[in-house]
Parts: sequence; structure tokens; C-alpha cells
Amino acid sequence: MITFRSVCERVPGLTEADLRRWLDQDWVRPERHGGEPAFREIDVARVRLIHELHLEFEVEEPTVPLVLSLLDQLYATRRQLRLVLDSLDPPARETLAGTLAPIIAVESEG
Amino acid sequence: MASDPYETLGVKKDATAAQLRSAYLKLAKKHHPDLNPGDKAAEERFKSISAAHELLSDTEKRARFDRGEIDASGQERAPERKFYRGYAEGAQGARYRGAGPGGADTAAFQDIFSDLFRNAQTGGAQQRDQRMRGADQHYQLSVSFIEAALGASRRLNLPDGRTLDVAIPPGLEDGQTLRLRGQGASGWNSGPAGDALIEVDIIPHAFFRREGDDIHLDLPVTAAEAALGGKIAVPTPAGPVNMSIPRHSDTGKQLRLRGRGIQAHGGRPAGDLYVTLQVVIGTPDQALEEALKAFYQRHPIDPRQHMVEAA
Repeated sequence: MITFRSVCERVPGLTEADLRRWLDQDWVRPERHGGEPAFREIDVARVRLIHELHLEFEVEEPTVPLVLSLLDQLYATRRQLRLVLDSLDPPARETLAGTLAPIIAVESEG
Repeated sequence: MASDPYETLGVKKDATAAQLRSAYLKLAKKHHPDLNPGDKAAEERFKSISAAHELLSDTEKRARFDRGEIDASGQERAPERKFYRGYAEGAQGARYRGAGPGGADTAAFQDIFSDLFRNAQTGGAQQRDQRMRGADQHYQLSVSFIEAALGASRRLNLPDGRTLDVAIPPGLEDGQTLRLRGQGASGWNSGPAGDALIEVDIIPHAFFRREGDDIHLDLPVTAAEAALGGKIAVPTPAGPVNMSIPRHSDTGKQLRLRGRGIQAHGGRPAGDLYVTLQVVIGTPDQALEEALKAFYQRHPIDPRQHMVEAA
């Protein structure tokens, strides 16, 4: 578990006020232990990403949720696809890859 | 990063600081690994871009590089960094699913599949009447040792807003999966619903240990309670129970409370609670010290005798 303070220390240039605001806006949703946020590595990586989007890439704060929402949907889809693939046994996976390869090739050309 | 940082950023040698920054931002946005989860090479490209920018955005380092005093590979590498995408595709990434708190991966999952099946259905006439059973849905639940020992009822709030009452049967084992028939995803084309599969973890208890249907407990007692015997209250999963300690008991003495272990279940009778006494002396006063000295002078014993003989 990583505390609020050490997240701020681990992400250079991040202020406590920034992080507090992002928690309030639900952009970062750590687990709670006794009301206190308990961060994991995934949350720190997400904080770093938001910090970079906002400070480095100059994505304005009102636009950040839009970007996050699209990213979250992208990652959800990738997780789901992974679950689908994981549910197949290796021969079935190979058959699927064989079937999909030409379709995907045509699709990415277009 | 051994290649020319100007080339990496795609700028001329005489680019202004503003041109550098804008070239860097354009490339960094395009190649940021978290924005390109499917592109394995994005991370390397992003690192080169960041390193090139770090070198050229520092006027002094840039001048030294231009004079040939340092080369691009001599740059300090940015510390290894774990990107968000490395976590977001794992199970814990589900915490940040698209719909925000309360949304569900499984709901989106069903959307994808009902779309797929709908397409399949319009495609082939023979599939038109096909009924499909809904998917099984998996959940996790942690219950206390006591709940698992006695049985309990727990209400699960499902991500799709439904609630599910789960009967925890007494004697449930750690990691056991409960199947609730028909409580999974709805079927397709009036096919039957899938099942809800609930994997249950048991949180270990501070002092009860389970062995089969029996429960073991180390119970501290005073020297007086052990030596003189008497009635004491013993904690059991179902609440305290009075137990008689026989006179002249000692540490290690095991007593049994019949039927106070795991509750009867599935035709099996209730298990027992085994209590192992542990004598606690506390801090003796002078009177006790003298009494102890006098006692062991009268009755010399060596409790380690058997160890010496065995060794």
C-alpha cells in the first residue's frame, strides 16, 4: 500500500492539491482503508499518466476526463479480449488466429 | 539512445527552443505507451524521444553536444518506469473500467457478445432459432472464520446493480466456489441464464484454527486455574461456553467441548472444539516466590528430563 504522501513524492512536480482534486473528481480511485486512500502501483502509474497528460501534453483539466474515459474504454476492451483469448485452449487459439489474420490484414489496410 | 537527438525529434540543428518543444510534444503524444497499448515498440520510441528532448531542452547540454563534447548515448537514461498500460490490462485494471464506479466489465462484455451473436443470427438461417445459455459470472467474497464455521447469509452487490443473497453453508472450505444457478448473465433468445460462481475466501481467525470439522484453540489460564481446577468461560465460534478445568491440569492439557466446532452440515455431525491449556503465571510477589521455592524443594522435578534422555 502506498500512502497519499508518498505518491506525491514519487511523481516529481505533483502537488498535494492536484492529487486531492483528482481523487475528488474520481479520476484516481484507490482502495480505501479506514477512510484513507491506499494506493497501489496501478494507481501511481495512473497518477503519473494524468500528470503527464495535463502538465506535459497540456491537456486542459476539463478535457482530462474525456481522455481518461476513452482510455478506460480502450483498456476494458483489451482486458475483455484477453479474457476471451485466455478462455480458449491453445489449439482453438491457433485456429482463431488463422481465421482472423486475413480479416485483420484487410481491415488494417483500409 | 545512440542516434542523433535532432533526428529523433525531426528538427534542424538550429531549431529554436520553442520548435524543439513543439516537435517533442507532437511525438510524445503520438508515441506515449499508455496511449498505444497495442504497440509494444511505443515504449522504446517514447524513451528515445524523452531522452532526446531532455538533452536538447537543456541549453548547456545541447551546446556541449553540438561541440561534440558529449554524445547522445552518454546521456543519463531516464529511470526505468512502469507505464499505466502494464497494469491496466491486468485484473486490477477493472477498477478503472469505462463506466466509472458502479459500471461493469461484464456488462460491456455482454454487449460485445450480444452484438456478435446478433450478427451471427442474421447471417445464417439455421441459427435463427438457436437458443444460447447466458454466460457464468464470477465473483469473489471474503467471509470471516466464524461465518464459515457456523454458516451465514451475505448480500452481494453486483456491478450491474442487482443484489444477490448468498447462503454461506457451515463448514465451507477456504477457496470453495459456490454456484448460484440461473444468477449469471441472461440467456440469448430465451435461452437459460448462466450461473453466478462465487469463490469464497475465509479470513483466518486470531485464535481459532480449523482442522477438518474440529476447531483448535490455545487457551491461556492462570496457574491457580490449572492447579486448583474450576469453571471458566471459553470463547467458541457460537459464543462463550462454561468449561470445567480438572484439578491438577497443566500447560498442554487438551480438553474437548463436544459439538462446539464446525456446525453440522451435509449429514455430518458438528465438529468439536479442542482447547489446549497454556498456563500463564503473571508477575509473582514475594509470597509466591517463597511458596514456589519451598514447593520445588519438597518436590524436585525436571520437566526437561525426557528431552535429555531422547537427545
